[in-house]
Amino acid sequence: MAERKRRRFSITALPGFSTLAIVTFLVLYVPIVTMVVYSFNASMSVAVWGGFSLEWYVYAWNNTLVQEATVRSVIIAVCASGIATTVATMAALGTTRRGRYKGQTIIYLLINQPLMVPEIVTAVALLIVFASIKVATGYTGLAYLIIAHSAFCIPFAYLPIRARLEGMDLTLEIASADLYASPWRAFRRVTLPLLAPGIAAGAMLAFVISLDDVIITEFVKSAGQDTLPTYMLGQLRRAVTPEVNAISTALLVLTVLLLTLFYLLTRRRD
Amino acid sequence: MSMDMDRKRARDGWLLSAPALVLLILAASGPLLIVVIYAFLTPGEYSGIVWDFSLKAWFQVLFERDIFDQTVSFADAHLTIFWRSVRLSLVTTLLTFVFGFPTAWFIATRPPNQRAMWLFLITIPFWTNLLIRTFAIMEVIRLDGILNNALMGIGLLSEPLRIMYTDTAVLIGMTYVYLPLMVLPLFAAIDRLDFRLVEAGYDLYATRWQVLRRIILPIIKPGIIAGSILVFVPSLGAYVTPRLLGGGKKMMIGNFIELQFGAGRNWPLGSALSLILLLIVGIALIFYVRASTRSDANG
Repeated sequence: MAERKRRRFSITALPGFSTLAIVTFLVLYVPIVTMVVYSFNASMSVAVWGGFSLEWYVYAWNNTLVQEATVRSVIIAVCASGIATTVATMAALGTTRRGRYKGQTIIYLLINQPLMVPEIVTAVALLIVFASIKVATGYTGLAYLIIAHSAFCIPFAYLPIRARLEGMDLTLEIASADLYASPWRAFRRVTLPLLAPGIAAGAMLAFVISLDDVIITEFVKSAGQDTLPTYMLGQLRRAVTPEVNAISTALLVLTVLLLTLFYLLTRRRD
Repeated sequence: MSMDMDRKRARDGWLLSAPALVLLILAASGPLLIVVIYAFLTPGEYSGIVWDFSLKAWFQVLFERDIFDQTVSFADAHLTIFWRSVRLSLVTTLLTFVFGFPTAWFIATRPPNQRAMWLFLITIPFWTNLLIRTFAIMEVIRLDGILNNALMGIGLLSEPLRIMYTDTAVLIGMTYVYLPLMVLPLFAAIDRLDFRLVEAGYDLYATRWQVLRRIILPIIKPGIIAGSILVFVPSLGAYVTPRLLGGGKKMMIGNFIELQFGAGRNWPLGSALSLILLLIVGIALIFYVRASTRSDANG
């Protein structure tokens, strides 16, 4: 009586792959979800559940070190992503849609260098240079961090802007030139509005990359210049309280929000 | 006339790129050149350097001189760190492939309306701070973490596993944090795969294994190479993950470089080690470019 179930033969199926994929997604998300859940823990421990509470969010919110680190992180990220996006937009305009010219490979190599060189190497290189400038000038402000962040954010801002430029239609600009628009006017009224989503996407990536940076910041910062990630790194070396969970969760939510915005901006309109 | 146009185009291109290039030379390429110089200088007494040419840093990378009888021997500790870095990075690459390939395949074979959702689930960890993800996995594998609690809770273990501060912990951590870097390029390759070729294979009575080995893997090879490079390169230069999960003892090259600029007070040695790391990364990238142009030529 037992009728054998017959599964249709699927050419896209491979044995065990779906199971392994689901396991991978679980392994990927269980730690993150646990971290988020324990940020609402009422007890001191990051391992024993003591009931729901927002205590650690309040604690982090009122911690002056966290406040200062947050403000510093945001200042650096805003300045760095602003600078990086501006220079990257210019560089994208200078390297696309004008045919090949001498030295373009050098420009590409320089722009993409932060993606190729391991961060720890850039970090010690900046430490060497900035340490001697600090000694020579006596200035120990945030400018070092802003310059360093601006530089490594450039490729992240450059790539989406360039992608947008390459996909753009030249006819509108030619039309505006035909109608006697000056090059600057054509750029401001035609090219820039069309390019805007790419620029916004690039700025957002640069912002997230700057906000997340640990290694370069750790080596470049002067005493008492913790950003949120370096503050967390310092905390993780000591006894961990759910405060770190709370900060992490807040950063995670921010990342997901920005990421969603990024997707909406770069989505192709069909 | 056209000559002038060409020249103007190149000039404008350079002018527009100039601000970005100045910034990059100031805070990326320039400092890197100084590292090259520092690797050939003498360490200062407390930190920094003395401007005397010396090859001692390069000698110290591989050898050490006994302080009593001046005999030269291999610096075992250094070799151990190099070997650990390379070995852990290779195993990480392999593990991310073992988990990443089925995951990428799964995403690419979902119905189109679900695909974006699964892909987004991979992208979230990809953009989440590395430090946060390392912290998250650390909380799982700690002595009193949820892994041990769960395993002891269901009676599989009577004593908690001591994973933290071992090579295994670093391996688990790196596989966890770099997995999305393997999945994304693999997905891109599988997404472009022409499934009519797979169907033709089955029509010709190929087994699943034969189709996988003879059709699928050769076609998605560029994706495999890209994913492997994307995982191997940051693994080799990893700093945060081995530092938090390996503790002070299980160092990788990145941590060893930092040590030279901190407590080790040997900036030239740190610079030489940075250059060696850069060299290995450069070799990996050249291998990648050659492998991908070759498969372009074949495909």
